[in-house]
Amino acid sequence: MTADASRGAQAPPELVQLLTPEGERVEHPDYAIDLTPEEIRGLYRDLVLVRRIDLEAVALQRQGELGLWASLLGQEAAQIGSGRALTDADMAFPTYREHGVAWCRGVDPVNLLGLFRGVNHGGWDPAEHNFHLYTIVIGSQTLHAVGYAMGMQRDGAVGEDGAASIVYFGDGATSQGDVNEAFIWASVFNAPVVFFCQNNQWAISEPLEKQTRIPLYRRASGFGFPGVRVDGNDVLACLAVTRKALADARSGQGPVLIEAYTYRMGAHTTSDDPTRYRVADELEAWKLKDPIERVKAYLVRNRLADQAFFEGVDAEADALGKDVRRRCLEMPDPGPMEMFEHVYAESHGLVEAERAEFSAYLAGFETEGVEG
Amino acid sequence: MTTLTMAKALNEGMRKAMEDDPKVLVMGEDVGKLGGVFRVTDGLQKDFGEQRVIDTPLAESGIIGTAIGLALRGYRPVCEIQFDGFVFPAADQIITQLAKMPMRSLGKLRLPVVVRIPCGGGIGAVEHHSESPEAYFTHTAGLRVVTCSNPADAYAMIQQAIRCDDPVVFFEPKRRYWDKAEVDTSGSADWLPLDRARVVRSGADATLLAYGPMVKTCLEVAAAAQEDGRSLEVVDLRSLNPLDLPAVVESVRRTGRCVVVHEAPVFSGYGAELAARVTEECFYHLEAPVLRVGGPSTPYPPSRLEDHYLPDLDRVLDAVDRAFAF
Ligand SMILES: Cc1ncc(C[n+]2csc(CCOP(=O)(O)OP(=O)(O)O)c2C)c(N)n1
Ligand SMILES: [Mg+2]
Repeated sequence: MTADASRGAQAPPELVQLLTPEGERVEHPDYAIDLTPEEIRGLYRDLVLVRRIDLEAVALQRQGELGLWASLLGQEAAQIGSGRALTDADMAFPTYREHGVAWCRGVDPVNLLGLFRGVNHGGWDPAEHNFHLYTIVIGSQTLHAVGYAMGMQRDGAVGEDGAASIVYFGDGATSQGDVNEAFIWASVFNAPVVFFCQNNQWAISEPLEKQTRIPLYRRASGFGFPGVRVDGNDVLACLAVTRKALADARSGQGPVLIEAYTYRMGAHTTSDDPTRYRVADELEAWKLKDPIERVKAYLVRNRLADQAFFEGVDAEADALGKDVRRRCLEMPDPGPMEMFEHVYAESHGLVEAERAEFSAYLAGFETEGVEG
Repeated sequence: MTTLTMAKALNEGMRKAMEDDPKVLVMGEDVGKLGGVFRVTDGLQKDFGEQRVIDTPLAESGIIGTAIGLALRGYRPVCEIQFDGFVFPAADQIITQLAKMPMRSLGKLRLPVVVRIPCGGGIGAVEHHSESPEAYFTHTAGLRVVTCSNPADAYAMIQQAIRCDDPVVFFEPKRRYWDKAEVDTSGSADWLPLDRARVVRSGADATLLAYGPMVKTCLEVAAAAQEDGRSLEVVDLRSLNPLDLPAVVESVRRTGRCVVVHEAPVFSGYGAELAARVTEECFYHLEAPVLRVGGPSTPYPPSRLEDHYLPDLDRVLDAVDRAFAF
């Protein structure tokens, strides 16, 4: 009952790459990129810092300070490359793993921890950085991004100096009805939206072939818009491809699907045990394509950065890790009455009554305590 | 007798059902090699193969929709929804198709589909992983809705649900997955029918009506109340639709007081149905109004607040006090 690979067979998938795993610059006819050494060093710094934030969060979870963490290990280039392609006016809709994109948007990393520590469900103002709240229900946010883009269209925000929305989702998410509906909506309304799929090869324990028989980027053609596969471990390629897709969307040419071909180097989340379902060799093979190492190799080989630079970034990363840890531990627990806050915009009799009841109930303990 | 956790009891129950009937299939996200995120399907794919234990694409509507198709072709799919909060993409297939198709076909079509849903809070999870959506389903005619509270029932009820020719929504209280108890795996002779409630502790002064995760809490409440000289009866409803009303009525008429406990919000919760039925059937026996303990009318809070949201010993005892003070 396995699929006959020859049915519907097409040319082998193409992969846009601008920096090889060995750190060699290669050109692509459609995706030129011209960055200053300083800009490339900046990308390197981003990659290292978000990996450090991630490592610290994993450690915090291990020590019981977070209930859960979804690591971005291995996906730094996909997130930094795409995240740095955004302008302030663009709007990003993340899953639960987009810590690198959050970094690019200027969201304080400590705010990402709140949801995983269990002190809030979001913890940042989406409008402040044009970075929506994390979405845990797989695929839901793709429709939100399309609707937001339709709003941009109606605001006249498309055209010269236009804006677009970008939505992140995984390979597993592509099976959801919502995601397919989002493709249809975006296509039919020519919405200024970029679908950024990080194909990290796994949806928890399910490998890609449980979701698709064709390369994911080719799904786009059936919906009537372009799709492109980019080396998701190549920050330059991710930046170039996302820049172009966003430029197209902003100028009114409609949606693009980007499949960033990458690998989830860690467990699905800290609750997961990948040894149950995947072999260690796979990880070893992907380690050779590490998103950070290749930038470092490039910088070194071309003498664009010296030892002092790398040491400086490492020191900055350590300081950042410490800072994130300290501020995570300082995060106050919410008070019980906060449960009743923010549910409705306008006064709501039932919630008010329950709030009063609960407050009286808690007060009962205090009196008891005094008496006892 | 063997000592099993609830998760393992469910696993053994499914294994037995698969051995007994080759038409039984297990399907869902990560149910294969991983054995499900709670390991409830652990080892089943290894032993029964990928044809019978199916890792599906990541789409809940697809899981239930294709299960309906498989059932139409004579299979008995047992679907796993990974967490309570993720059943909603499947709500359309469950409510508009699964629940109604048998009746529409004048009984010609039967859909023996089981929808397993880990439910409830108390495990410190992120949002959408602690919901109690039972009332949405008890409100949908055509579905049976059941929930187990202990390993022995889990072992029996999952097999009964699989054998049942109606669609069954099967709620598994996830915070009790690791509770252990003796389970008799020798046969079905002693099993209570699937649609029957069980008195899990007898008492004379008040009845606590509970199901799933709250049964254990209520047993603790009854033990604590005993020390205050109050004798509480605890009824584990097990089946929410149909409700074993005679068992409930019998108990409440005897004790004269009734407190309903569930994790879901009180407002429009399953307890509202219980309170109404008990009031209708036991009016002249009641010493106090039926009281309900449950979640507030707010979304499930961040996990650091869940102990305040979830009914606990103190909150149930408080309601018991009020019932006695009336
Ligand atoms: C609707 C829904 N179903 C199931 C889940 C449980 N779940 C969380 S993450 C995940 C896998 C997601 O895989 P993918 O889309 O590839 O993203 P990745 O985690 O690999 O980044 C699943 C099944 C969920 N969050 N939402
Ligand atoms: Mg994935």
